[in-house]
Amino acid sequence: MKNNNSIEITPDLVRQHGLTLEEFSRIEDLLGREPNFTELGIFSVMWSEHCSYKSSRYYLRKLPTTGPRVLQGPGENAGVVDIGDGVAVVFKIESHNHPSFIEPRQGAATGVGGILRDIFTMGARPIALMNSLRFGAPDHLRTRFLVNGVVEGISNYGNCTGVPTVGGEIYFDPCYNGNILVNVFCLGLIPSDKIFLGNASGVGNPVIYFGSKTGRDGIHGASMASSEFDESSEEKRPTVQVGDPFAEKLLIEACLELMKEDWVVGIQDMGAAGLTCSTFEMAGRAGTGIDLELSKVPTREAGMTPYETLLSESQERMLVVIRKGMEEEALALFDKWDLDAAIVGEVTDTPMVRIFEQGTLVVNLPVELVVDGALDLKRPTKKPKYLAKVDHVSLDSISELESPGEVLKKLLSSPNIAKKHWVYEQFDHMVRLNTLGLPGSDAAVLRVKGSKKALALSVDCNSRYCYLNPFYGAQIAVAECVRNITCSGGEAIGLTNCLNFGNPENPEIMWQFEQAVSGMGEACKFFDIPVVSGNVSLYNETLGEAIYPTPTVAVVGLLEDRSFHTTQWFKEDESLIGLIGITLEEFGASEYLRVVHDRVEGQPPHLDLRLAQSVNKLCLELIQKNVLASAHDCSEGGLAVAIAESCMSHPLKAKGATINIDSTIRNDALLFSESQSRILISFLAKDRLAIEEMAETMKVPFAVMGKVGGDSLVVNINGKEFVREDISCLKQLWSGALEAYVG
Amino acid sequence: MKCGVVVFPGSNCDHDCFHILKHVFKLDTEWIWHKGDVDLSQFDLIVLPGGYSYGDYLRAGAIAQFSSIMKEVVRFANSGRMVLGICNGFQVLLEAGLLPGALIQNHTQKFICKTVTVRVENIFTPFSSEYIKKTVLAIPIAHHQGSYFIGPDGLSKLIDNQLVVFRYCGPEGEVTDLYNPNGSVDNIAGIVSENKNVMGLMPHPERCADPAWSNLDGQLIFKSAIKSLESGALL
Repeated sequence: MKNNNSIEITPDLVRQHGLTLEEFSRIEDLLGREPNFTELGIFSVMWSEHCSYKSSRYYLRKLPTTGPRVLQGPGENAGVVDIGDGVAVVFKIESHNHPSFIEPRQGAATGVGGILRDIFTMGARPIALMNSLRFGAPDHLRTRFLVNGVVEGISNYGNCTGVPTVGGEIYFDPCYNGNILVNVFCLGLIPSDKIFLGNASGVGNPVIYFGSKTGRDGIHGASMASSEFDESSEEKRPTVQVGDPFAEKLLIEACLELMKEDWVVGIQDMGAAGLTCSTFEMAGRAGTGIDLELSKVPTREAGMTPYETLLSESQERMLVVIRKGMEEEALALFDKWDLDAAIVGEVTDTPMVRIFEQGTLVVNLPVELVVDGALDLKRPTKKPKYLAKVDHVSLDSISELESPGEVLKKLLSSPNIAKKHWVYEQFDHMVRLNTLGLPGSDAAVLRVKGSKKALALSVDCNSRYCYLNPFYGAQIAVAECVRNITCSGGEAIGLTNCLNFGNPENPEIMWQFEQAVSGMGEACKFFDIPVVSGNVSLYNETLGEAIYPTPTVAVVGLLEDRSFHTTQWFKEDESLIGLIGITLEEFGASEYLRVVHDRVEGQPPHLDLRLAQSVNKLCLELIQKNVLASAHDCSEGGLAVAIAESCMSHPLKAKGATINIDSTIRNDALLFSESQSRILISFLAKDRLAIEEMAETMKVPFAVMGKVGGDSLVVNINGKEFVREDISCLKQLWSGALEAYVG
Repeated sequence: MKCGVVVFPGSNCDHDCFHILKHVFKLDTEWIWHKGDVDLSQFDLIVLPGGYSYGDYLRAGAIAQFSSIMKEVVRFANSGRMVLGICNGFQVLLEAGLLPGALIQNHTQKFICKTVTVRVENIFTPFSSEYIKKTVLAIPIAHHQGSYFIGPDGLSKLIDNQLVVFRYCGPEGEVTDLYNPNGSVDNIAGIVSENKNVMGLMPHPERCADPAWSNLDGQLIFKSAIKSLESGALL
């Protein structure tokens, strides 16, 4: 191994490492000397946006992170929320946007690998994956390649590791032409008193490396994800890691077996910034130091420099600190699972990380400076200029509909609304025998083995709303996710977020970020849902063109009794159909406005948090009283699309419906407005009175509006037939649209 | 009566099979690790579960056939004892030569996970005796290499000896190309060995055998095996 610390540090070299000269002089001041080449590499990754959260940290403090169920909030590998009876859920969502654009298959696959490790590192058995995917225009030249690559990458990795991918969302919009988003969520189950943290405590304890060997892949991945794309981004392909799901599967099983032992002190995976990040962070959390000998690290090739070994982002690697004296037992366990393992260092009492190469000291850095030394920036914000042009829309400028049936067909064929089975049938969504609610309803529902409980999971964000008003857009993302959980019979108990934005050095982007985080924080406080983990992905921008602000949220809900599980589709002919909530003339930011009128304008629909909460409360009480046959959230495409989806999504047989509404608002608004806080339900006629009474008592708007049955979807407004479409024809359009674009 | 679930590195339906045998059917069930030489004579039924044995970076099941446990499983099967291979387990049985034919990539070139319908073709096997002939089952599949292939001679032999146990079909039992999810020869979803003591199938009966779900169409495969063993009818 060649040591290259003799390389002279020049301003050019500093800039190539993504550090500003100001940051470099901060390093020199705090360190009291000039860092050597390897140390510069360490600062480069650890102070990158990706690892240090330097632009976002200040604002993230606005999010509520505590609550009676919270066992672990942000700052660890993932958040932990108690679900009672000695069991807790561990979950987090994370982005793998930049690598997935450069190399979609491996980028998405290693995104899955990374989030899985975050979960089982805490000692949890991963039981569910979800994803939130955003691509450019469906007809953009690169979209088909990217969609197929990403879906295949997730499919291959998730399926092989035996963790079901139970839900997700996929959106298409030209704003993602140059930067796609791949956000991956994972949830695991853990005994609530056996949570493992990434602590390197206990002076003299050995530090063991295990998992795959270290190679030269992924060097500077974290830094790559901390800058914009330009014409040369294709050349960054070598910074994308290559995943080995088989190795990950072995790691999962080996780790879970290892963590049954009482001599495991602390454990962390090697994700972004690899061995460097795990070493510094584990020492940082414990207030200790670590001495590391690099020649002991299992490597894939000879001649790797300390710089390369430390910055490699080779996948499927872990670092564990165990109690001294148990080395043989640990190594035997890794040998059982055919994993490489080596004792690479030990915990020290000085808060320094000292890294040796064949006994020669090559890095000697104070832990705190590296982990917490990055500037806590309060970047300037400025309301974006574009908003003045687009944040309003006049109703008069939207021509009334001539053929609402055609509009409905157009909306159902929009890839954002179309059935997503082309995607989720490529994911094993059933393995582990927990998936009670398969993909294709509002939320995924998983039983918790050994109890009556179940979990409901949903991931959501409408970025068009956020583009037009990031504050309310982010609130709506939270509210809709909670509503999805409600419709499936659960109560929201925790949230994780993935904040995808453009270049934070642009004050207009920072304004979007600040607004979105504030809105999300307020909504979470109102609903009393703690944010227990999350991830920030900035620089989603190419040649100055940023994506729409996309603060994706994933909400975890709890069903105390899995029999509360409710699905979105109509079940029986002659059941009645009703709407909880009210419909207003709100076209702003709607799918209708974009698909039919080709306009992205206006304010997102008004969100009244109080109403949202009472609508949810009513729906949940009805579910728990066992009077609902179905419940479905009204979202993109409005009431008409929600009714059509409830008709079509039954796994065996589509149902028709006849709707009769008396209304004083515009017909197109009635059908396609995306007014918030509405839930479409169906129930037996005998329960009508009880439901109406309960709505009345709880002062929640509710109206019965039709009946299930027949072969068509018929909508009569004020006594006049407005829509009559054959259900099987609608279903065919809805089912085939996505594949037609990307298959 | 004792069941064993083999665990290869990369098996991922091992927990599911174990759960159904142990917790649903309350059978004495043990894990069998792929390394080392386990004495299989104590077992009555060996299950090779789904997953990606040894990563399956080559052909599915191609590496697993060389594992030390498979030498024992082959010996066990050749002595007439019962072996059930599901999904990857089926692939391993083919690679190990316990069943004829091969499983190749789905004709869609994609992984497919969904519930399909299959028809019970032969009820005179210890794995299907509890079904009524021609019953249509709703049963999930989840595989990338599930397209069953066999040459014309082999196929005639399978058919002549009534070794095809399940065929992919439509909701009314129609065996046509339209209802062939992966391009399998003659819609074949599952077969038995000539002695009928070894069965392999691509669909996952363990995914429709737990009463937490309304679909229990897979249960009778396990019930048939239990009954056959209890009555000693097989031997």
